[in-house]
Amino acid sequence: MKLVRWFVLLAYLALAAAPLAWMALSSLKRRDDTIAPHAKFLPASSAVDDSASPWFEATLAAYRDLGAVHAGAQESFLGHLGSSVVIGLLSTVASVALGTCCAYGFSRFRVPGAKDWLFFVLSTRFLPPLAVVVPVLIMYRALDLQGTHLGLIVLYTVFNLSLAVWLMKGFLDEIPRAFEEAALVDGYSRGQAFLRVVLPEARTGMAVTAVFCLISAWNEYGFAMTLNSSGAVTVPAYFAGLQGNIEGMPWPQIAAGALVFVAPITVFTVLVRKSLLRGMTFGTIKQ
Amino acid sequence: MSFLQLEKLRKVWPGGAVAVNGVELAVARGEFVVLLGPSGCGKTTTLRMVAGLELPSGGTIRLDGRDITRLPASERDIGMVFQFYALYPHLTVAENIAFPLECAGVPRAERLALARALAERLELTALLERRPRALSGGDQQRVALARAMARKPAVWLMDEPLGTLDSARRAEMCDFLRAQQLEHGVATVYVTHDQDEAMRLADRIVVMSAGEILQVGPPHEVYDEPAGLFVARFVGSPGMNLLEARSTGRALELAGARAALHFAREVAPGNVVLGLRPEYVRLAASGVLTGRVALDAFMGSHRYVHVETPAGRVVALASIDAPSAQGEQVGLEFDLRGVRLFDPASGSRIA
Repeated sequence: MKLVRWFVLLAYLALAAAPLAWMALSSLKRRDDTIAPHAKFLPASSAVDDSASPWFEATLAAYRDLGAVHAGAQESFLGHLGSSVVIGLLSTVASVALGTCCAYGFSRFRVPGAKDWLFFVLSTRFLPPLAVVVPVLIMYRALDLQGTHLGLIVLYTVFNLSLAVWLMKGFLDEIPRAFEEAALVDGYSRGQAFLRVVLPEARTGMAVTAVFCLISAWNEYGFAMTLNSSGAVTVPAYFAGLQGNIEGMPWPQIAAGALVFVAPITVFTVLVRKSLLRGMTFGTIKQ
Repeated sequence: MSFLQLEKLRKVWPGGAVAVNGVELAVARGEFVVLLGPSGCGKTTTLRMVAGLELPSGGTIRLDGRDITRLPASERDIGMVFQFYALYPHLTVAENIAFPLECAGVPRAERLALARALAERLELTALLERRPRALSGGDQQRVALARAMARKPAVWLMDEPLGTLDSARRAEMCDFLRAQQLEHGVATVYVTHDQDEAMRLADRIVVMSAGEILQVGPPHEVYDEPAGLFVARFVGSPGMNLLEARSTGRALELAGARAALHFAREVAPGNVVLGLRPEYVRLAASGVLTGRVALDAFMGSHRYVHVETPAGRVVALASIDAPSAQGEQVGLEFDLRGVRLFDPASGSRIA
């Protein structure tokens, strides 16, 4: 039984990790090695002469090159990473903040037609987002938001808001009202009680919600490509834009950049996973 | 004029269910009042309206002469202990106790000193830096009490604060609570469904059922002179023995009784319910009623002997000197001074 489990796990690990491993290897190659007719998958520390050998000389040149501007692009990878960070973080902060406030209202107060409103909020996700890309493009052109950080921040915030409201409502419903009531009796206003007592209890939920929002904003490609093909170009759109470039695809730099691009999300998710495990028991109130 | 006054207090839930129906209550300065009743009787809703956590549908709440009916909870000068303590999990014990003071504008050093002083009185000093999660139920309870005391509020409200403790701890906390209340002389409204707690703590007990007050009085009065069948059944454990009987004017006839009971007062002829506390029923070789012992329950200092008689089940208080009478045929003698009569139709007290 144990053997079967190991076998399944190892097989899955190989399947899931192979592309990443290949990307990691590619990021250590020179461009010629990435497009060599014979696969090169064994890193060596010195130069390799035999073109048919699976060995290649490992180098960190691609990583050093991340600051370089390639033909067909206006900025280096690091510049685009900056755009991704600004857009991803700000839209995440906005989604989580708005979503938490909205969810708190639905969770604690009697909102007329609350169920219908919540369904409406959810229904904004029924449509594939890209179906509205043309109208959005026209609106953004009229508002001069094309190619700006603000444009994508607003767009990602709006798209993630429904998810944030629903997730946060679930988390806030779990926080006993008695905490706020205690704060009210202790002399705090409703707003203070929300800030001082509810928010600290909702940290876990907010972190989880932030992960989901960040991942979707960070990796979004369709709108980034259509609305921001120039100006504040995020990393996914930047990589795609390198195609058809006159110097050929800079594969080692793309591999290195992709790894750097994946790292912050991975770290963030792992951090939150820890707080998820720790925070699932909501305080001292028995239910 | 009394200190805390509830006048015609009503609460109707959206949908029309009446939770509290015209509650009238006056609590004096320094008085310990217990709202006692089964779950769903409106006692907690009444307390929450006093706290300002629930808006009354009608009626008035006055505190020290001031109408506070529509005042937000934060402006009422109240300390409350919640059923599940509701200690702030992200704050330490010291910060929890100091939390109400922070809002009152007391500087940090001063409020932590106050918290420390309070903690010392409640024997919490060793726990000051801990989080509530790491505390036992009884300790959490005392922290919640310390927090409710911190601001020196005009009124303490307690919503079944001992409900989650085991019985030994509960008795201990009961006495502790009462001692603290007497020491501070703070008017207290305490909600419970546990009549032992109610009798142990209260200056006056308010028995509630279905949103209405059935009886208000000191514990001994509620126990000895129940206003109706509900109170007779609910207060005391076990509750009052209640037997169907017939009045013939000067005498009471019980099914299966050897002789009619001669009651001291004249009662209108007809069906009545005869109530008698177990301490007025004695096991005897021969008595008014005879029956088989269905259950002989040992209570430590005494026994409750449940006897199946033709008139119904009767519980008698017995000393622990006698051996267990389980399964035996016994006689029961009634002390007529303890007899209370109720109207079977309305449930109200006749005599």
